[in-house]
Amino acid sequence: MSKILVIGQHADGKLNSGIAKVVNAAKGIGGEIHVAVFANDGAAVAAQAAALDGVAKVLVVDRAGNDDYVASAIAPQIVALTQSGGYSHVLAAGTTSGKDFLPRVAAKLGVQQVSDIMAVHSATSFDRPIYAGNAILTVEAPAAPAIVATVRLASFQATGAAAAAAPIEKISVDAVIPGHTRFVKLEAQKSERPELQSANRVVSGGRALGSSENFEIIYKLADKLKAGVGASRAAVDSGYVPNDMQVGQTGKIIAPELYFAIGISGAIQHLAGIKDARTIVAINKDPEAPIFEVADYGLVGDLFAIVPELEAKA
Amino acid sequence: MKALVSVKRVIDYNVRIQVKPDGSGVVVDGVKHSVNPFDEIAMEEAVRLKEKGKLTEIIAVTVGGAKCEETLRTALAFGADRAVHVKVDDEIQPLTAASALAAVFKKEGAELFFLGKQAIDDDAAQTGQMVAALLDLPQATFASKVEIDGGKATVTREVDAGLETLEFDLPGIITTDLRLNEPRYLKLPDIMKAKKKPIEVVGLGDLGVTAAAGLKSVKTANPPKRSKGVMVKTVDELVTALKAKGLI
Repeated sequence: MSKILVIGQHADGKLNSGIAKVVNAAKGIGGEIHVAVFANDGAAVAAQAAALDGVAKVLVVDRAGNDDYVASAIAPQIVALTQSGGYSHVLAAGTTSGKDFLPRVAAKLGVQQVSDIMAVHSATSFDRPIYAGNAILTVEAPAAPAIVATVRLASFQATGAAAAAAPIEKISVDAVIPGHTRFVKLEAQKSERPELQSANRVVSGGRALGSSENFEIIYKLADKLKAGVGASRAAVDSGYVPNDMQVGQTGKIIAPELYFAIGISGAIQHLAGIKDARTIVAINKDPEAPIFEVADYGLVGDLFAIVPELEAKA
Repeated sequence: MKALVSVKRVIDYNVRIQVKPDGSGVVVDGVKHSVNPFDEIAMEEAVRLKEKGKLTEIIAVTVGGAKCEETLRTALAFGADRAVHVKVDDEIQPLTAASALAAVFKKEGAELFFLGKQAIDDDAAQTGQMVAALLDLPQATFASKVEIDGGKATVTREVDAGLETLEFDLPGIITTDLRLNEPRYLKLPDIMKAKKKPIEVVGLGDLGVTAAAGLKSVKTANPPKRSKGVMVKTVDELVTALKAKGLI
């Protein structure tokens, strides 16, 4: 039977919302699921992980500096735990942090990483996207010594709440942490709006908005709909919004119930980020824009007239 | 200070890829290839550092078949001083590529290694981190700003929450994101000059590397197609449709 280690990534005392999805992917593999929380003081995060359905045990590794998730410091601890615990699988959320530290774990274990799994066929067989999601590759991974994989969050639903909380165990790991890398700072964009990656509804604006001032109408519509706000790469590159709002292959890959693409033409790289959205609404003045090929509802016209009207009537 | 930059030959990003009908992969024959766009950004960053006097030599490296020589010539035209071609005939996976690249880095005594954050073919996004792990060196992935000073690198990284800054002691590995720079257009004289620059060809065996066990590709398929929906004429029509579906 598989023994699966899920890395319980977190920030500001909160378990990353994607971990519930990783646990669901782990349930698809089948076996005993443990969540490991690496933190300065992981008690609060561990309690959140213990409440997820399917989790058999939560392991807490407290160490000053773990909250910063510096890859060269976290990876050796995961490697040590994987080996001492005899885990068959190590899974992390395919966030920028998971993508940063997990290949380091795979290399140390001497295995290829399975990146961005989007479907689980068996304990050793997975689907993953290649060519920006324009093809799906089914791979078979060698079972030994361990399978190391990041999970594409847009492809899995979150696991539910557990009937009873899983036990939490404080442990220490035998790992050498190098001192060569120092966390300096994180400039986070504080927002009252729903987080882009977990929002049920997302409103995104593109280059056609023309300026950061004009982007205001996107925020207003989003607030009316209680939606997260995203942007195309063109809008980010033009400086209308910060980089962490970028939706697409090189930004965030999202799967909301409802997605509005406003003034976004629909370049392949943007479409790669929204393929799993349940319903896509496109608003664009160009009737030939590729976004209309994938939209469930399309409306051709001037976004500066349509968006305020939509905000008023929605 | 020497820097190594790795460049990978991939299907050009403008090509609409085609999955082979038998599911054995995507069509690569007769399809335009170019340097992985993230690797061009890596190359550009190294050249800018050399122009600022922070680097003395740039060595381009690739792991791949005979056609990858073109890729190295492009890197040389960008401004690499010389190149190393790790020649392999079979398709190789990230851990093997990382082992070869780590061996070249060590052999050359380089202090900085720039790689693209991912290749746009397999989208694995692993190789840079694996090189760092194999050499027990620092890594700063997804870089959007790099400063080198006093034996240290200060790197701003594009992360989900915003921008993170890390500082590490050299030597170290940096993987490059889109907004780090805009690669220059290559000029004809540089392309001509690149033809005369040296390329050293080595095999995995020369580097003491054996191919790691890999993932087996079972099949390649087209993604599920989204069907084209309906065009509405007015905002009212749109709002009515979304409300009927319980979406707003």
